[in-house]
Amino acid sequence: MPEQPPYQPEGAMAGTGMGGTMDLAASEATTLEKTPGGPEGTGPEGKPRSLWSDAWHDLRRNPVFIASGLVILFLVTIAIRPSLIAPGNPLTCDLSKALDGSQSGHPFGYDGQGCDVYTRTVHGARASVTVGVCATLGVALLGSVLGGLAGFFGRGWDAILSRATDIFFAIPVLLGGLVLLSVVTSTTVWPVVGFMVLLGWPQISRIARGSVITAKQNDYVLAARALGASNSRILLRHIAPNAVAPVIVVATIALGTYIALEATLSYLGVGLKPPSVSWGIDISAASPYIRNAPHALLWPSGALAITVLAFIMLGDAVRDALDPKLR
Amino acid sequence: MGRYVIRRLLQMIPVFFGATLLIFLMVHVMGDPVAGLCGERRCDPATAAQLRREFGLDKPVWHQYLAYMGNVFTGDFGTAFNGQRVTELMATAFPVTIRLTVVAVVFEIAIGIALGVITGMRRGRPVDSSVLLLTLVVISVPTFVTGLLLQLLLGVQWGWMRPSVSPDAALGELIVPGLVLASVSLAYVTRLTRTSIAENKRADYVRTAIAKGLPRRRVITRHLLRNSLIPVITFIGTDIGALMGGAIVTERIFNIHGVGYQLYQGILRQNIQTVVGFVTVLVLVFLIANLLVDLLYAVLDPRIRYA
Amino acid sequence: MRGARPARWAAGAAAAALTAAACGGGGGGSAPGVLSASWGDPQNPLEPANTNEVQGGKVLDMVFRGLKRYNPRTAAPENMLADRIDSPDSRNFTITVKNGWRFSNGEPVTARSFVDAWNYGASLKNNQKNAYFFGYIEGYDKVHPETGAQTADTLSGLKVTGTRTFTVRLAQKFSTFPDTLGYAAFSPLPRAFFDHHEDWLRKPIGNGPYRVASYTRGFKMSLRKWDGYRGPDKARNNGVDLQVYTDTNTAYTDLMAGNLDLVDDVPAAQLKYVKNDLGGRYINTPAGILQTLAFPFYDPRWKRPGTQKVRTGLSMAIDRNLITRTIFRNTRTPASDWTSPVLGTAGGFKAGLCGAACRHDPHRAKKLVQEGGGLPGGQVRITYNADTGSHKQWVDAVCNSINNALGDNEACVGNPVGTFADFRNQLGRHSMPGPFRAGWQMDYPLIQNFLQPLYYTGGSSNDGTWSDKDFDRLVDRANAESDRASAVRLFQRAEGVVRDNMAAIPLWYQNGNAGYSRRLSHVALNPFSVPVYDEIKVG
Repeated sequence: MPEQPPYQPEGAMAGTGMGGTMDLAASEATTLEKTPGGPEGTGPEGKPRSLWSDAWHDLRRNPVFIASGLVILFLVTIAIRPSLIAPGNPLTCDLSKALDGSQSGHPFGYDGQGCDVYTRTVHGARASVTVGVCATLGVALLGSVLGGLAGFFGRGWDAILSRATDIFFAIPVLLGGLVLLSVVTSTTVWPVVGFMVLLGWPQISRIARGSVITAKQNDYVLAARALGASNSRILLRHIAPNAVAPVIVVATIALGTYIALEATLSYLGVGLKPPSVSWGIDISAASPYIRNAPHALLWPSGALAITVLAFIMLGDAVRDALDPKLR
Repeated sequence: MGRYVIRRLLQMIPVFFGATLLIFLMVHVMGDPVAGLCGERRCDPATAAQLRREFGLDKPVWHQYLAYMGNVFTGDFGTAFNGQRVTELMATAFPVTIRLTVVAVVFEIAIGIALGVITGMRRGRPVDSSVLLLTLVVISVPTFVTGLLLQLLLGVQWGWMRPSVSPDAALGELIVPGLVLASVSLAYVTRLTRTSIAENKRADYVRTAIAKGLPRRRVITRHLLRNSLIPVITFIGTDIGALMGGAIVTERIFNIHGVGYQLYQGILRQNIQTVVGFVTVLVLVFLIANLLVDLLYAVLDPRIRYA
Repeated sequence: MRGARPARWAAGAAAAALTAAACGGGGGGSAPGVLSASWGDPQNPLEPANTNEVQGGKVLDMVFRGLKRYNPRTAAPENMLADRIDSPDSRNFTITVKNGWRFSNGEPVTARSFVDAWNYGASLKNNQKNAYFFGYIEGYDKVHPETGAQTADTLSGLKVTGTRTFTVRLAQKFSTFPDTLGYAAFSPLPRAFFDHHEDWLRKPIGNGPYRVASYTRGFKMSLRKWDGYRGPDKARNNGVDLQVYTDTNTAYTDLMAGNLDLVDDVPAAQLKYVKNDLGGRYINTPAGILQTLAFPFYDPRWKRPGTQKVRTGLSMAIDRNLITRTIFRNTRTPASDWTSPVLGTAGGFKAGLCGAACRHDPHRAKKLVQEGGGLPGGQVRITYNADTGSHKQWVDAVCNSINNALGDNEACVGNPVGTFADFRNQLGRHSMPGPFRAGWQMDYPLIQNFLQPLYYTGGSSNDGTWSDKDFDRLVDRANAESDRASAVRLFQRAEGVVRDNMAAIPLWYQNGNAGYSRRLSHVALNPFSVPVYDEIKVG
């Protein structure tokens, strides 16, 4: 029987997770001198404000933030109500039109099954944006909380959390998918999101842990501690804003790779259950036809690119707003 | 320092057992692999039972695990379903994959960090935007497509290289596959470097260095880059395992018979021996890689000491 | 700009490395008169009775010759090593082996070479996956009992009666038994196979037109023309280098780049360009493979009388012409019976036997489904395994076809299963939620092979557990019939029973296809979709 290979995005398949340990006994490491950063910003009125509200103040005036926010708002709108701009049914397909190019009423042409690419791209936003955003949020939250705790408290916490991270890293994504997702019968995106969070957090955790370890040696943290600030205050007020940049960078890029990973899982028969519509599914279905009909790949890929762009810009703006040195 | 390394090495033992047990159980949970060995027909029950006996699948799980681990410690990783020794599969797959990973990591370091420094120093300039655009392309176009297009262009259209990698898989042949493999990670490395550089650019010690009149290049390499590399190194450390075990698309496109492919086949055929064997080695590889990364920290930032 | 220096350095290094790669890649050529061909890693050790897939089959076809050989063009079973095969009663056979044949290590091929090989293949302790091929021979239940330990090492139905003669006694009448003997499992084996088994596996020794010159597992096998070969089908080239590809796309790209001479499975997505890429150097010929949709008859909802109307309706809802043209680019042909065109009309193939039930007619389809009580549960989920073959594409297309005919966008959905083993396990557990993909690649070109294993009660591939007394009776009668033509007629009547109940929906006949380089001529595929390597001329 001829075997056609599965086409899937890279890194998604059998790879052992995405990372490893950083066990810098860094809990015990000391930084003698590091970037002194102002923990508290000072508002234009001279009244001290928390860094977070300061950041928000900055963000509201940042055109990059406004533009990316508008794009994300648009994506969320069409994810909720795709029929606003694409009244057709994404499951209505006419095979005799397979891979045909653009026609009147069908500006993006047809895919390999003769489905309207425009309708499918618009309707695919729901699953893809949900998977991308929710998985990223989940991974970022779980990863930075666990990584942050490991980095901040060190010692026993660190040893246990880091060893757990190591073991999770050992699970190949393909194996995890086949074991954990093949028993699921739900037709929603949530099992896929849950799976990505489960296997994705170790990477963010490592990054966050490293950042926290670096940040907690800073003078202002030592000063705050000497002044008797509580652990939670130190973590949230002083360390988090200074450690969040690498997490944001990794998370915003990962958002795109999660949307692509969904396609891989679906291709393997364990992702979104048919007849789901998503960019990932359409991208992987169109990939083999890259020579014949690039348009079928172009539009869902383009939509994915715009989404990633919006979140990268947003992440950049947030990071800038949180960086006191840029002020 | 020495004590620290020894402690880290000792900590690998529980991780090693935990990971192998977990993988062993996961493959076991996938069900009976024998049903998939007889083509489009029911295996005749006697042969199926005999095959199960031969692969030890008729015993309870804990028994299988103990027997397997016992064999592993004598260097016997078992047999794949096609009758080949797993150690033999490893001996052919790992050297190629290690070479491919080295090429990919070199690309990540050389191109990723270079682009990161450039874009970090010139945020918002055309260079920065172009690199961002490339990043988006790399993330949203599947590796399969970029790999195939490169192969068609360089291999067929222009005839610069062989489209497939020969069984020897010399380093030179792995340049293009390595670039394809590294592409997504390149995006991460570039942006991580860029952000760190942009953040540290305004740090006091950089301003001081500039004020002292040090040449710009020396400031960048000696002070700025050195202090910006920690998240980047962390990322690359976490990426090595993924590059080695997850290069399935790249390996398929360029016909490289490496670890990713063997692991993929092993998982789909539910071959416990192959999967656990390969994952075990991968776990060791990235545990060591991460230890090395952690030791590098001290080199990059001498203020960090190991207890 | 100073910051750009590392980048410039990196670009320079990359360019230098590319040039190095180009220089290294130049010498891809084989020895003169030797062709290179794509191959897949065999799934099993290369023992003849243990090879049940095409990739291992390719090698066996080059290295072994059996008593019979199927004509590469007509699929007719013709004597190869068999001098004569006589039977007075369709149950006892006397087989005489031709004189003068040898294995490539010099050992003569005798009656014993066959009897030893068959005993080895049948014996439970040797774990041979094709053991059931010997199941017709008397004594099989002793050497290969369904349960418990085997009580004999050799088949009591096999007796060596002379250097070149042996007798076979079957457990029951099977008139076309001699025609099954072209299957690789029935190949003779040299003593080296038994005495130095590990060495033999590393470098198989057979009696075919090629000998194995070297074998690197997982990468490459070099076969060279064996000059001592005595058969009529001597190799017309100096050898074949089989190269393992994990992806047919890469093999195709290598063919275009001139690094490979023969690719025997051109990926569907490339077919649009095949004319442009290869000119006329592309062949697409029927193979003995039929794809069907089978049903879970253990599920009462599909067993209920009247559901044959639903099944027939589904069959008529599928636009086979459009799907084979669009998705498969004519490497499949719409099916109109339950066999394969490679059998030929004399062998039992009957185009149009399915009649209107296999013709696309959305209106009648919708009506029939309604008359039959509608789709069980209001929806059909077509189960397939996602790991091999690109089944998703055609399942989605079939579902679209059905949905369009029934006017319901979710009447039919695909139901992928992660691995082939899991798919087989679900079949074994009788837990299919609806129709499922069923593919049948013939073992030998007989109509019996397309019907009995799939639809006979308890048949080895009757995964839907379909059972019909009339069908079973007709098959039994056909097997006992010694006249070939009457046997075929009886099998076709049995096929009529399958049609009237629509026990499985025939979808399409699969072709084999291949592309080849300018160096080659006389490239053909046999009915098993394996290239006829010995006929290929190089240069």
